[in-house]
Amino acid sequence: MVVRELSPDEVDRIFHGLADATRRDIVEQVLREAQSISTLARRYEMSFAAVQKHVAVLERAALVTKQRRGREQLVHGNPEALQRAARLLEDYERIWRHRVRAIEDILAEDVSSPDIRTQDPEERTGP
Amino acid sequence: MTVIDVRKDPQALTLTFVAEFEAPVERVWEVWADPRRLERWWGPPTWPATFVEHQFVVGGRSRYYMTGPEGEKAGGWWVITAIDEPHRLEFDDGFAGEDGEPNTAMPTTHAVVTLEAAGSGTRMTTVSTFTSLEDLERLTAMGMEEGMREAMGQIDAVLAG
Repeated sequence: MVVRELSPDEVDRIFHGLADATRRDIVEQVLREAQSISTLARRYEMSFAAVQKHVAVLERAALVTKQRRGREQLVHGNPEALQRAARLLEDYERIWRHRVRAIEDILAEDVSSPDIRTQDPEERTGP
Repeated sequence: MTVIDVRKDPQALTLTFVAEFEAPVERVWEVWADPRRLERWWGPPTWPATFVEHQFVVGGRSRYYMTGPEGEKAGGWWVITAIDEPHRLEFDDGFAGEDGEPNTAMPTTHAVVTLEAAGSGTRMTTVSTFTSLEDLERLTAMGMEEGMREAMGQIDAVLAG
């Protein structure tokens, strides 16, 4: 798999979707440089446990990974997962754009021929 | 087109899609409730859907298949989990084998559809939730091909013009 560098645009788009401000910041921090949870906890003036909980949520989403270094665990960002998720959601968005366009066509037809009800096509062509 | 908002949350693996239509809520509800209308928009353009069963009640099952450009068929199913006509619909959407029975090894998506009056028209909000990134990848494989073809077609048109 080819790993590309994230462009600032891609990073912006992806982070836009991250609902929690603290978690978004954590991802941003650890993408730049792996950090220990205690370092992160100092940054947010939060308890170790609270940050650990946020990191666990990010880890489950594969947005970060944890690696042990001595007594500490370092949190690393996973740009590949972020990119992949963003790209896939874009593809799914495209499917929905197609669908909305097709629904519009159907609704426009309904207006011009309000008599078409929900019969089977066979019944519709009957005498 | 009247797509007014798209919110992607790669962390929660949800896609929220908001669109507005120039038609009353009851008519937009029909494109979900009526299988003959539904099958005209559910599949990607080159993979039209055919609904062979559509039990539009809570707990009801739908069975459909989509036919690809080479005549290949991809089966799917819904189970309706909530209905509040004509404002709210929730269902699980998954893959089916050749026999039309749900393929439990394949991913399922949960969809929540909300219709509300907006001026003289209707605002439709769909929230799709995926269970994992791998699932999302498999689900979009078909759409990606389609998107690619469409993009190439557009490039051709631009070059020809």
